[in-house]
Amino acid sequence: PKKEVERYPVISVSFYRVETPFIIGLWIFCASLAKIGFHMAPKLSEIFPESCLLIFVGVVIGVVLVHVTDSVHMSPLTPDTFFFYMLPPIILDAGYFMPNRLFFDHLGTILLFAVIGTIFNTLTIGASLWAVGLTGLYSCDTPLLDMFLFSSLISAVDPVAVLAVFEEIQVNEILYIVVFGESLLNDAVTVVLYHLFESYTEMGLENIVYQDIVAGLASFFVVALGGTVIGVIWGLGTGYVTRFTNEVRVIEPIFIFVMAYLAYLNAEIFHMSGILAITFCGITMKNYVEANISHKSHTTIKYTMKMLSSSSETIIFMFLGVATVSSYHVWNTWFVVLTILFCSVYRVLGVIIFTAIANRFRLHQLSQVEKFVMSYGGLRGAVAFALVLLISPDIVPLQPMFMTTTIAVVYFTVFFQGITIKPLVKILNVKTSEKRKPTMNERIHERLMDHVMAALEDIMGQHGNYHIRDRFKRFDNKFIRPYLLRNHQGAEPKILETYSKLAMRDAMEYMRRNASTI
Amino acid sequence: MGNRSSLLLREEEIAQIQEETGFTPNQIERLYSRFTSLDRGDCGTLSRDDFLRIPELAINPLGERIVNSFFQEEGLNDRVNFRQFMRVLAHFRPIKKNKENKLNSREEKLRFAFKMYDLDNDDMISKEELLAILHMMVGANISEEQLTSIAERTIVEADEDRDQMISFEEFCNALQRTDVAQKMSIRFLN
Repeated sequence: PKKEVERYPVISVSFYRVETPFIIGLWIFCASLAKIGFHMAPKLSEIFPESCLLIFVGVVIGVVLVHVTDSVHMSPLTPDTFFFYMLPPIILDAGYFMPNRLFFDHLGTILLFAVIGTIFNTLTIGASLWAVGLTGLYSCDTPLLDMFLFSSLISAVDPVAVLAVFEEIQVNEILYIVVFGESLLNDAVTVVLYHLFESYTEMGLENIVYQDIVAGLASFFVVALGGTVIGVIWGLGTGYVTRFTNEVRVIEPIFIFVMAYLAYLNAEIFHMSGILAITFCGITMKNYVEANISHKSHTTIKYTMKMLSSSSETIIFMFLGVATVSSYHVWNTWFVVLTILFCSVYRVLGVIIFTAIANRFRLHQLSQVEKFVMSYGGLRGAVAFALVLLISPDIVPLQPMFMTTTIAVVYFTVFFQGITIKPLVKILNVKTSEKRKPTMNERIHERLMDHVMAALEDIMGQHGNYHIRDRFKRFDNKFIRPYLLRNHQGAEPKILETYSKLAMRDAMEYMRRNASTI
Repeated sequence: MGNRSSLLLREEEIAQIQEETGFTPNQIERLYSRFTSLDRGDCGTLSRDDFLRIPELAINPLGERIVNSFFQEEGLNDRVNFRQFMRVLAHFRPIKKNKENKLNSREEKLRFAFKMYDLDNDDMISKEELLAILHMMVGANISEEQLTSIAERTIVEADEDRDQMISFEEFCNALQRTDVAQKMSIRFLN
């Protein structure tokens, strides 16, 4: 019998082969188009922050998808895609371009808010929701541990949302670093509390012994310090590797991205805080990498990082919109209203209590207006949403309700707070910041002031910020820089850096003005 | 110990210092105990060596300059008593909005920094004076030409009347955007 041969086709269609990358590409394309769209409508982006508009576009796309495909298509925002691919670029960008000095100067306040503040919020929100539940207002059973599991994920301030809104309003740097630092560092607390209450729920309330509580406390330190240490080690590693890249300049940017990403994944392997790891990796590597890589690589890194983070952010908000439409919802009015209420009330309360404590130790006192912006800046976002998706409905039957409520809270903070914060900042006359490069005079005189202050602390026998910074600098210059930098120059790299930047700018200016002479 | 008691701070002295510098009695007492612990000879005054015995201060690149600024007021005197000590520290008190004090105003803080450069007290920072400070801060690994060009650039940037020097006024103008009140203040423990 003659074999049936298929004739060679002129053209053939096989969509399934490219389906996944094609759809991903299409998503990114749509999100980027939407972003261009907003900037062409300046009126629109003056009233609404970009994140609101992106969520809105997401909702529209979601509605269209539901009507067209009519089936349960896979939701694009899964916890894995979020935590592995969309979150790291944003956090790396934040860590790498973190104003180190500012961050460490306010570390005490930031830690107070990130650690104690988040625990306070989790406990109070959880307990209040549970207490109201006892009255039977929700008309469903709300066990204590489930409530704490929910409050642990809803009480964390979200770095993505905070960045998205605060980048636009440009408040003064202290306010910015406190809110933003809190959102980055509270990840450790969130991760621990979330895993803690998750396993408590699995165990059941009656089986918890005090040993579990102590283990929870211990695991907090492990998660936070472990994440930080992993980050710092990878950061130093990156510095060391770039020491040898002077012959192969083109792969310089790769090391920065890959090693930071590995730090993140490395921390995630051990269930440590990936966010902390990649933040500190960025903070650490910047100190050493910048001195080793070429000027062009630096530009590449800067723009690639900005591009990756802003497109991730765009996609996250759009996906959040899409996910709203296409998931099963269990709407419980009282639960939603009370969650939003408690989130806002305890945020304000927490800020009042903890700024009062912080102000006792601070040189720059946080004023009423700043307190207000801080409590208003407690935005919730995609991290909460991704975490709520991770809860298994088999163990926590209330999961669908939690998900709906989380989305409601995210919408409330991103839309209501996001839209009103800009006019409020104007009305309250919050000092806004101006981005600038230091002049030669500022660089040198400010450095001199640092030395004076360090000396003063030593004379008075007070070991404050300046003393610690001085110590670190000396250690850095003696034991770290010589090994990580290709050519280690002097004790004040910043002064030289400013000088060469200014000299470069002058040269460019000269070339531009005297183009004919060249 | 018997020796110590004679060095105790008297009430009226505390009041006087409080009046002059704006410190609270608690802060004054706290600083006094620091003062006596620095005072190795138990003579109620500090010498340069007393300061430089503080290990961190000895390795601070500007340590000696800073110590010298404690001795400027009285000219030739080479020991400071507690009141002079406090008067210098008072420059670094945080500025409180409604409490005017002549020692810790923004201008006084800037003046203190300016004096670190201005060795010959002519109210001008010359290129040489700037270079001397740069030498101390940046260290030896840098070429002399580079340091000189940094100094020159710094002066050109701040110099408004083209006399190749930075006057105090020009110095203040150059630091207009710097939060001096914040940078040159310290939280004195109670």
